[in-house]
Amino acid sequence: MKQKNWYLRAGLFLTAALALLVLVGCFWTPYDPSALMSGPKLQPPTLQHLMGTDKFGRDIFSRVLKGTWTTFSIALGTVAVGAVLGTVVGALTGYFGGLVDDALMRINDALTAFPSILLALVVISVAKPNSKFGIIAALGAVFIPSFARVSRTAFAALRDVNYIKSARLMGAGSGRILLVHILPNTMPVLLPAITIGFNNAVLAEASMSYLGIGVTPTDPSLGYMLSEAQGLFTAAPWYALCTGLVLVLLVFGVGLLGEGLQRRGREVE
Amino acid sequence: MLEIRDLHVKFHNSAREAVGGISLTIRDGEILGLVGESGSGKTVTAMSVAGLLPRKRCDYSGEILLDGKDLLHSRRSELRKLHGREIGVVFQEPMSSMDPLMKIGHQVEEVLLIHTDLSREERKRLALEAMEAVELENPAEIYEKYPHELSGGMLQRAMIAAAIVIKPRLLLLDEPTTALDVTIQAQILELLKKLNRESGISMLFISHNLNVVRKLCGRVAVMQRGALVEKGDTEAVFHNPQHPYTQRLVAAIPTRRRKEETYE
Amino acid sequence: MKYAAKRVLLLAVTMLIVSLLAFVAFDLISGDAASAMLGLEATEEELELLREELGLNRPLLVRYADWISGFVTGDLGISYSYNLPVWELVAPKILVTLCLSLMSFLLIVAVSIPVGLVSVRSTGAAAGAQTALNQLCMAVPPFFTGIILSWVFGITLKWFTPGDFPGLTQDFGGAMRHMFFAAVAIAIPRIAMTVRMLRSTIVSEMEKSYVRTAISRGNDRGAVLRRHVLKNALVPVVTFLAQTMAEIVAGSIVVEQVFGIAGLGRLLVASIANRDYPVVQTLVVLLALWVVLSGTIADLINLRLDPRLKLGGDA
Repeated sequence: MKQKNWYLRAGLFLTAALALLVLVGCFWTPYDPSALMSGPKLQPPTLQHLMGTDKFGRDIFSRVLKGTWTTFSIALGTVAVGAVLGTVVGALTGYFGGLVDDALMRINDALTAFPSILLALVVISVAKPNSKFGIIAALGAVFIPSFARVSRTAFAALRDVNYIKSARLMGAGSGRILLVHILPNTMPVLLPAITIGFNNAVLAEASMSYLGIGVTPTDPSLGYMLSEAQGLFTAAPWYALCTGLVLVLLVFGVGLLGEGLQRRGREVE
Repeated sequence: MLEIRDLHVKFHNSAREAVGGISLTIRDGEILGLVGESGSGKTVTAMSVAGLLPRKRCDYSGEILLDGKDLLHSRRSELRKLHGREIGVVFQEPMSSMDPLMKIGHQVEEVLLIHTDLSREERKRLALEAMEAVELENPAEIYEKYPHELSGGMLQRAMIAAAIVIKPRLLLLDEPTTALDVTIQAQILELLKKLNRESGISMLFISHNLNVVRKLCGRVAVMQRGALVEKGDTEAVFHNPQHPYTQRLVAAIPTRRRKEETYE
Repeated sequence: MKYAAKRVLLLAVTMLIVSLLAFVAFDLISGDAASAMLGLEATEEELELLREELGLNRPLLVRYADWISGFVTGDLGISYSYNLPVWELVAPKILVTLCLSLMSFLLIVAVSIPVGLVSVRSTGAAAGAQTALNQLCMAVPPFFTGIILSWVFGITLKWFTPGDFPGLTQDFGGAMRHMFFAAVAIAIPRIAMTVRMLRSTIVSEMEKSYVRTAISRGNDRGAVLRRHVLKNALVPVVTFLAQTMAEIVAGSIVVEQVFGIAGLGRLLVASIANRDYPVVQTLVVLLALWVVLSGTIADLINLRLDPRLKLGGDA
């Protein structure tokens, strides 16, 4: 029975729509997100201000666009760092095995037991990054162990498969085998892991900027905006609701995408 | 005692009928062999008898009569009274067919727990007796063990003990020796023969291995692509196969004589 | 028994490594504690005096040994920003976070196990809708739920006063009521994850051969679940719940902030913001102990559930 993969479609649609919005917000916003008095203070949503204004009269929609970009880009960078380095570590240890593998995986097991937000808090408070790239590097480091674990399992499982053995017999070098023969086949496992990692990174970034740790609020970020909005909930509930909703939709969309990818991976099997 | 009449089974996810109208009879106290290659429908036939067909995912018709009572169309709740009680099943892979977290003894006596009101002590006594009957050494010790602590051959004996502990009328054996070493295979076959001889339990023995069937079964039925192509007394079928498929199967058996011929 | 002893030993070793790492890392970044406490106007003599008093002039490992023994004696140093012994600051808050975490954990178990068992039965469109709902619940960050809950139940319905957390000893009922909503906020995404995990574990167990054997013996669906599947599904579930225990504490760091609950999380956030490293150090070790301890307990429970683990394999 061939079922349509609705999760993949809905997830792609939602993620693409938000990504488009983020991309637009990167170059153009209806108002300057930090300009005071773009409109009257604490105005409910209108046609001029789709999500209303805050207590300084700033346009919330513009701020949400900018804030989603901040959160999105940090999460994307974090996952890129974590996935690339984690996959390299996992590929090498999984493929070659041995003592290094054992030792690294013990450490890895210990690290993955810790919730990523907790690790992120500790790393950020130790490393004290003060730029966006610093935060990406610090958060990315936190995500390396989980990717290393996933890719190690995938690489170790494929190491002894017959077509890999025959590639080796035909004289393919380790580098070629890892990149050309194994890596593409780990995608059904790695892609869902990337979507899950992305969501964890979004939530970690949002939580930390909500707490006001690490991320300096020069650019608005969704978490920081929510902490602003919490104090204004009675006066301007739309602020928190709109900001939170965008955050939820972002994570929801990528979550559906991950679910869809997972199911597609199973179908291929 | 068991009669299969014009059994058809077709799975929804397949274009071809898995079983395309077969009729078979198992007489009281006999061992009937059912032979065929994988995908020939022999296991599906046995699963239909055992009530293990996924009814929602296939179409089926025909009749399976156990002493005149139809098994194929009965309600599940009715069938459950027969499963284990009248029909015992032994599967191919003893290791995966046993619950890894349940003591061997408890698995052997589970049928008694489901179908009788016997006390715990009586159940254990019967379980130990059955384990003795399948020639497991130190039943009392094995009773307390878990599946991962036993060898494949011992597990398969335990599976047989679990199937016969309540003395069912029919035993379905789905390739029970395929996953085992050749020497263990021979021992299990001897055991089955002995059980059949001593307790008169009827058996349906499914195998892709004609040689094994020849050692054990009085009569044999041969299946190919969901159809029954030949049936009869085992020796007759062996010496004078009628259907071309059976002829090929018999010709493929390496016998000592034929081996010698090829060497000469 | 041998395995259990090994597991406990491993716990101790892990905790030593974690605490050493925390100690060295924070020692390196915290710089001079004396100048941090006295401020910029302190003279060199005053600083030296304080360093001597605090024992900062001793070698790193000696100070580490001193500090780690503080977890037994209760002497963990002095907080920079509060000028109070760290232990006095931390101790009363442990109970608060423990209560919040346990409440959240109980909620997760009480809701997700029945829901998970029921969800196994659904197929087709119902299962699809369920998966989507699950994904949606997982997407809601606890602090957002927290903001909404404190608005609805705190500000509008006035069941509790957001930001004004009564101490456990002063008003136990009020504190519990306050924490209940925080527990709900933490629990929602974790319930979704647990249901999903439970469903997929049971579904994959149901496909195993031993289930076919159980059915062939005449077990009905309920008996197959009760007698065989649930026990087999329990091992991964216990491991998952241990991970959940760790995630709850991480969630409480953020959610305590939303509801203004004076627990370990709030103290951690404040101490990180104030660069109050003696406190951060202690909290990091305590939280790590919590994580490693719940993992160890899960392993010991699984050891009782699955005799195969006694062989010492990683299965």
